Amino acid sequence: MALNEDNVRSIAHLARLSMTDEERGHYAEELSTILDFVEVMRSIDTTDVVPMAHPHHATQRLRPDVVTETDQREKFQHQAPATEGGLYLVPKVID
Amino acid sequence: MQWETVIGLEIHTQLATNSKIFSGASTAFGAEPNTQACAVDLGLPGVLPVLNQEAVKMAVKFGLAVNAEIGMRSIFARKNYFYPDSPKGYQISQFELPIVGKGSIDIRVDDGELKRITITRAHLEEDAGKSLHEDFHGMTGIDLNRAGTPLLEIVSEPDMRSAKEAVAYARKIHSLVQYLQICDGNMQEGSFRVDANVSVRLRGEDELGTRTEIKNVNSFRFLERAINFEVERQIDVLEAGGKVVQETRLYDADLDETRSMRTKEEANDYRYFPDPDLLPVALDDAFIAQIKTTLPELPDAKRQRFMADYGLQEADADLLTASREMADYFESAVETSGGQAKLVSNWLTTELTGRLNKEDKSLGESPVAAIQLGELVKRIADNTISGKIAKQVFDVMWQSGESPDEIIEAQGLKQITDEGAIEAMVDEVIAANPEQVEQFRAGKAKVMGFFVGQVMKASKGKANPQQINALLNAKLKE
Repeated sequence: MALNEDNVRSIAHLARLSMTDEERGHYAEELSTILDFVEVMRSIDTTDVVPMAHPHHATQRLRPDVVTETDQREKFQHQAPATEGGLYLVPKVID
Repeated sequence: MQWETVIGLEIHTQLATNSKIFSGASTAFGAEPNTQACAVDLGLPGVLPVLNQEAVKMAVKFGLAVNAEIGMRSIFARKNYFYPDSPKGYQISQFELPIVGKGSIDIRVDDGELKRITITRAHLEEDAGKSLHEDFHGMTGIDLNRAGTPLLEIVSEPDMRSAKEAVAYARKIHSLVQYLQICDGNMQEGSFRVDANVSVRLRGEDELGTRTEIKNVNSFRFLERAINFEVERQIDVLEAGGKVVQETRLYDADLDETRSMRTKEEANDYRYFPDPDLLPVALDDAFIAQIKTTLPELPDAKRQRFMADYGLQEADADLLTASREMADYFESAVETSGGQAKLVSNWLTTELTGRLNKEDKSLGESPVAAIQLGELVKRIADNTISGKIAKQVFDVMWQSGESPDEIIEAQGLKQITDEGAIEAMVDEVIAANPEQVEQFRAGKAKVMGFFVGQVMKASKGKANPQQINALLNAKLKE
């Protein structure tokens, strides 16, 4: 299975990445080799193998339901490009 | 043409935890913007999400209540999309292995029959923040207090065939999550949000029609209206030879219509993948067993018990078990009243509910507490006051919050049961109205009502009506 430049274009768009035509060609080729490798792996019988969700053989630690965070709005908003009335301002989102 | 409506619902319930699903920030509603958005909620570099144990317990609780398969190993995934109220650029959700698998719940449909609705799954995820589109100099304001609030998204199969059924199902889930105390159910504050997937097809068809998703519905009434509008719209499109476009539509309650949201260029391509920041969640049997012990009596079981133990009719049992709050109120009042279930049921479903509706109050805001209603009913049952005087006492109680006994005492409303006193009043009334006495004796039985009324008036409503009747009957027939 090979990716063409159109596939790369739409993936790049979803990830909000901009790239030149040249880069697109390059990534189409590079990503395709990854998919080729996946194809090779598909030939292995994995019937009894549980799909891996995480490389660590551990399970999620659970946290008690306690409020531990205090208000640090001022500190956080100090780094934001634009704020007003406690809100973060972003370029207008039209729905 | 005969069209059939097909509806499936996605219900987002905010879980009633104190802190967020992956951070220790508070989930309290109504705080100043961004004062409850910590580094994890903001998606700042270097932070790690840690799962809230209570959110997991609540999800499992729901799963057990709908007889679902519990995911003993569940996985969190990233749902990737860009929107400023989701600062990480993805929402942590569950995709392949949700915490709650297939389950079901029974709803009562129009003819009183039960219908089983299949719940496909329920998964844990984080809520997004809020975008405020008012004008901030051409910019959008973002409040991330809600970001990271735990949600349980409950997805049904497309099992419902009318807006009414969809509402019945949504109400049932709404009642259940409150019984389980995993969600406060507040639709205005967005704690319980319903999205409806609606399609139509010709009756007899097996294949589903193209569906649209209705969002932005914040009451059951609007849910019914929005679905009905959408069904009509789709039928019109199809009958005119057109095609339904798969899209998201917003319901506008003011115009009572659904409107297309800008169709996304890329249809839902969220590129889910397991979140490397979170390990698989493993539950064991002991954990599940422990949660099982915390399950309260569920609505259907309570309804059965109310009918069996209190001798209630089906309709009353439905009303009284519609919410846990109502059921608890009822049982507490019955206990205080000395077991007067039927009377309490009447007072609760008519007088109290009527008054609450009139003043647009919820049961929780009732000025009359369960114990007070119970005491009032007790005083009716032991003949201290008549039903009529009880309404008077109820009025005062509603205003002042005093106990029934205080009111009865202070206003001298105690029923007169002293035979001699009533007899004197009866004699007086008979003596004062010779004309009506003649009429009665001439066979005009209706005049009886007049006499009862007069004696009642003389006693200021306090005489025992049964005694008045008996005495009048005896005296007039002399």
